Amino acid sequence: MADAVLTQTAEKESWFHRNQQAIAPWLFLAPGILFFAVYVIAPVFQSFNLSLYEWDGLGQAEYVGLRNYEDLYWEFVDRDAFYTSLKNNVIWLLMYLLAIPAGLFIALFLNQTVFGIRLYKSLFFFPFVISQVVVGLVFTWFYDPTFGLLNAMLGFFGLGPLNVMGNEHLVTYGIILAGLWPQTAYCMILYLTGLNAVDPEQIEAGRLDGAKGLRMLWYIILPQLRPATFIAFVVTIIGSLRSFDLISIMTGGGPFGSSRVLAYYMFEVALSEYGFRMGYGAAIAVVLFLIMMCFITYFLWSMYREERGR
Amino acid sequence: MFPTPIERQSAGAQVAYKTLLPIALLMWLGPLLAVALFSVKPEGDFANANYWGLPSSFEGFANYGQVFFNSDMPRYLLNSFLITVPTVIGAVVLSSMTGFALGIYKFRANLWIFFMFVAGNFVPFQILMVPVRDLTLELGLYNTKTGLVLFHIAFQTGFCTLFMRNFIRALPFELIEAARVEGVSEWRIFWYVVLPLMKPALAALAVLIFTFIWNDYFWAVVLTQGAESQPVTAGITSFNAQFRAAYHLMSAGSIVAALPPVAMFFLMQKHFIAGLTLGAVK
Repeated sequence: MADAVLTQTAEKESWFHRNQQAIAPWLFLAPGILFFAVYVIAPVFQSFNLSLYEWDGLGQAEYVGLRNYEDLYWEFVDRDAFYTSLKNNVIWLLMYLLAIPAGLFIALFLNQTVFGIRLYKSLFFFPFVISQVVVGLVFTWFYDPTFGLLNAMLGFFGLGPLNVMGNEHLVTYGIILAGLWPQTAYCMILYLTGLNAVDPEQIEAGRLDGAKGLRMLWYIILPQLRPATFIAFVVTIIGSLRSFDLISIMTGGGPFGSSRVLAYYMFEVALSEYGFRMGYGAAIAVVLFLIMMCFITYFLWSMYREERGR
Repeated sequence: MFPTPIERQSAGAQVAYKTLLPIALLMWLGPLLAVALFSVKPEGDFANANYWGLPSSFEGFANYGQVFFNSDMPRYLLNSFLITVPTVIGAVVLSSMTGFALGIYKFRANLWIFFMFVAGNFVPFQILMVPVRDLTLELGLYNTKTGLVLFHIAFQTGFCTLFMRNFIRALPFELIEAARVEGVSEWRIFWYVVLPLMKPALAALAVLIFTFIWNDYFWAVVLTQGAESQPVTAGITSFNAQFRAAYHLMSAGSIVAALPPVAMFFLMQKHFIAGLTLGAVK
């Protein structure tokens, strides 16, 4: 009897032992995958499904097929909301990319070894560490028509006052400028790290060949900064499409909905005082998701090529 | 080094650079310095339109005292800590295991699982919003810190796995092979061989996640409501509603809300930057 138990456990152990290398990764992965599947993967599919229903978040959901998408396409429900948001998303995306050259510019400016430069670098990086909520508040006050620093400066030159947050043509650019502040800091730190690793011999060789200034930057430095540029692109594009905090804090989508983007419009439809149109909101989220998916696929494809290349 | 080091250039260029540096910094941080100035001004300065002059009296202690002793701010700060710290621990624990699995073992699904984590990390929050809110409601965790923590752990596991896996990939694989030849079990390899080598990565991730979660606003608004569970990013809007038009207090409140990640950054600068720029250099 005791013998049987003993041999059994020995057998079990050896089975586990033999297959240890095949089983171990799955045991290590299990908790992470479980969390991620429940909170991230499944909700994506649930949202796709929900976008085919009309649902107020409490009662019975009613299947409506593609009607939510038709409503979006023809703007039956909210006039001038979907296309304004979409247009603003494009503006955000394009303007946000300015963070990359701006970050490179500041990185080149700071890539020196004078006294105290480390502190300067940290202080230039500072805006990235602050929460977007505070950045939003800081810039709301910066733009304030009565006491804002912007109008104090404009007034110094005899201009103004300018109410950026109240002007429907300027408001989106005003918010993007606030967003560019931390984003530029992020790109700057990526490039500073990249510049640190640039091969000094190539620079010397370039100098001997008479390369200088911009030509040196373009032909010798930038190719070596490619990994940094790639990451800067990824974080900037994702960041621009995720813009929510700043809009929520600075304007709440206003004036007259002119500073909405898809991310904010979706939140407004599904969760704010507009009433809880969950299905409609999910349809907006699906549109945003599909836009992002184009970029995500491209990023993954680049990573895949690199993995194969190893 | 590029651009040409300034000490190899003319004396004029050196002086110009050294004067330009502080001016550029002042301009760069201008909007923030303005808020810092506001936060030490007395209320009267705003009534008298003395916005940009020197404060007529230094009221820093009174203003910050008001924030700390006469508002919900300490409550929000505490909530933020109680949300951020468990999330950091949870995400780092989960991702050191997933990162180990994906970095060390060769199996067919490896790259696909890795890509699932990476892709999930880039997904827009809005597509998760309604289902995650429902799930949290069903679990009875709506408007609790636990509900927020569970979601944050799950979502951050995506980014952390990317980070850990790439870090572990760069470790010398011979170490693990040597341990296997010695007959060390896989779990003990993880615990005694790999984990000690991952200390820099653990530190970098911990600081990064701390900052990300502390600064989260969207999920705080979606999953919590009142002062009993809201973190400081969401709380600051209620704070501002309470002190509407009291700019000296709102400024002080904003600075207090921004401070902990700033302190974290300056204390752990090396790790922070190493974490953010992982992959920026080949």
